[in-house]
Amino acid sequence: MIHETSTLAVVVFLFFAGAVLFISFYLGAKAKSAQGYFAAGGHIPWFVNGIAFAGDYLSAASFLGICGMIAFFGYDGFLYSIGYLAGWIVALFIVAEPLKRLGRYTFADALDNKFNSRGIKLAAAISTLVVSCFYLIPQMVGAGALVQPLLGFPHFVGVLVVGSIVTLIVVTAGMVSTTWVQFIKGSLLVLLCLLITILLLARGFSTADKEGSRQMRRGVSMAEVTEAPGAQVLPNEGAWKDKPYVRVRDAAGTVRIWKKEADETLSETQTLTTLKDGTRLANGVPQGKGEGKGDLIPVGYVSKLPGGKTETGPVGPLEFFTVVQDSEVILWGNEKIVDADGVTTVVYFQKPSAGKDVLAPGSSPTFSKVRSEKWSDKLDFLSLMLALFLGTASLPHILIRYYTVKDQVSARKSTVVGIAAIGFFYILTLFLGLGAMTSGTLDITDSNMSAPLLAKSFNSFLFAVLSAVAFTTVLGTVSGLIMAASGAVAHDIMTNFLKIQMDDAKKVRSAKIAAMCVGIFAMVLGILFHKLNVNFLVGWAFNIAASSNLPALAMLLFWKKTTKQGITAAILVGMISSLSWILMSAQAYKDVYGLDPTTAIVPFSQPAIITIPLGFIVLVIVSLLTQKKAPAAAA
Amino acid sequence: MGGLDFKADVPREREDADIVRFNTRISLLLFFVYVLFYGGFMALSAFWPEVIGSPVLGGVNLSIIYGFSLIVAAIVLALIYMKWSRKPGNGGTK
Repeated sequence: MIHETSTLAVVVFLFFAGAVLFISFYLGAKAKSAQGYFAAGGHIPWFVNGIAFAGDYLSAASFLGICGMIAFFGYDGFLYSIGYLAGWIVALFIVAEPLKRLGRYTFADALDNKFNSRGIKLAAAISTLVVSCFYLIPQMVGAGALVQPLLGFPHFVGVLVVGSIVTLIVVTAGMVSTTWVQFIKGSLLVLLCLLITILLLARGFSTADKEGSRQMRRGVSMAEVTEAPGAQVLPNEGAWKDKPYVRVRDAAGTVRIWKKEADETLSETQTLTTLKDGTRLANGVPQGKGEGKGDLIPVGYVSKLPGGKTETGPVGPLEFFTVVQDSEVILWGNEKIVDADGVTTVVYFQKPSAGKDVLAPGSSPTFSKVRSEKWSDKLDFLSLMLALFLGTASLPHILIRYYTVKDQVSARKSTVVGIAAIGFFYILTLFLGLGAMTSGTLDITDSNMSAPLLAKSFNSFLFAVLSAVAFTTVLGTVSGLIMAASGAVAHDIMTNFLKIQMDDAKKVRSAKIAAMCVGIFAMVLGILFHKLNVNFLVGWAFNIAASSNLPALAMLLFWKKTTKQGITAAILVGMISSLSWILMSAQAYKDVYGLDPTTAIVPFSQPAIITIPLGFIVLVIVSLLTQKKAPAAAA
Repeated sequence: MGGLDFKADVPREREDADIVRFNTRISLLLFFVYVLFYGGFMALSAFWPEVIGSPVLGGVNLSIIYGFSLIVAAIVLALIYMKWSRKPGNGGTK
């Protein structure tokens, strides 16, 4: 869909971006020394640090991706919320304090502390790089998705804007400024979402058409569709053969497509057609504004409310769910059809769904297998939930934040504040997502835009503020990741592994060059992956992080026989196996390569359930094979 | 927006082995409590979808209530840990 830009939105956005850059530069300039980057340690109050945890963690994915997924598929998006939060339990109870005791907070340094092995340094640095890059992709995609409606630029410009600003920030800012920026963003994001939730509850539900949108028609007979003079039904030939669609060309030559339902009636669809020369047709007419042009219609409706009502009026928080549960809502499916002449048509069709199904796991394509009878089909779901649970504690940029408080007690307190803020936010995501699902503002081509568009259904100021906050959140997360990745290159690989002698200035310069390279790489990937729901991409990053880092971390902390060879092998095997699995999955076939997903090599998309145990097994076997011989005196 | 210097010195805290042991024990205990709770949700969703979809509290279905409970439980367990764990520097008392 083409979104209208609003001047207000642009002004608010520029104000926010400017304020963030100012804070970054101002506080960054105050911390010039090499250690100044980490001088934040001991000076940041635990409460501020806790909210900053939330600011760091509630990235584009959490906010845009989860709301979008809930708006499109219902409860399944909320599974991510649950998993993301549960991951903090692993971070708090298992990883954080032992790591703090080791005195180090990067993955590589913690492992290094005990073994001082070049192999570990290299493996850990590569895994940090891979995880950071995979986590960067969704942030970039999210940024592009935000800039599109906000500033009217195409997706790739959004990615380039973020990439450039971040590269600028990375070479100047330090941890103090980051913490305060993240604190402000974290607070604003949670408060804004709370405000929208309250507005949603006050508005309640209604089946009436919303401004600029309408309920699509259903239960239409063939006679009604063809009654207009000159209307002609096109034969279902070629790629359309055996498809459940009826294509009707009107007197003006515009082709509209209807879907045949099981009861032989027709329901209205929306279509996006790309002609061979790249021209796009929305619902049969050239996409755009103005005479003779048109666009897809925003959707998202409750089609039946409980008791045959047409509106509920204000609802309470629990009533909000019971209403959805007892209603019928219109979800949307889509099918891509490629004609022999190269014309591609994506047909978006209505899927009236019972509220009780929407509010239970299994309504999205990702998790639909959970409702299947076959045990093997359920593994995808279990695997993702495992990856989310174990992935958080393995993310390079999250654990760094423990540096910024003065001791373990403060670390613990700020984690609790972080968990509370993040948990509260995730509860709100379910309201926001279901609100977007029923507010008549959904863009069926882009799930990532659901939350900002929901805000727009209240007023454009809210939309502008929400988009601006989300965008600055992207900036913060992206720069943290780029920093972690460049640190891995300059410090772990160049200094420690390759033993290149560098003075401080050279080291910083090489880190900055590395940061730029990583930034450019992330921008390219962000453009390539723009079609995927950002949340899905984050799920993959968690899979890789958990598979490569968690076995090494956990065994280092809890198994005395762990050897350096075991750790190196576990990291490499976990990383390579999970990455390869993802690249060979049905989802990658469909959304990245554009191939037929049924030909994918691996049986499900989420590898964690296989690759995490694999990492543990490899670590144990290699460690046992490489035990140092007991001292002779013991004999 | 992290720092470039990952080797900056972090002052180590003085620690009592007893405190560390005690805290590790309760953190593992709380962790397993949560694992059971989380595992229960996964198992119900995957193998008993009709149970997870059934209404329980005020007509709201179990998947919503259980999901919210998992989030609230994480916060509660974190608070319990904060209160229960022993702190260094004051003789290991709470």
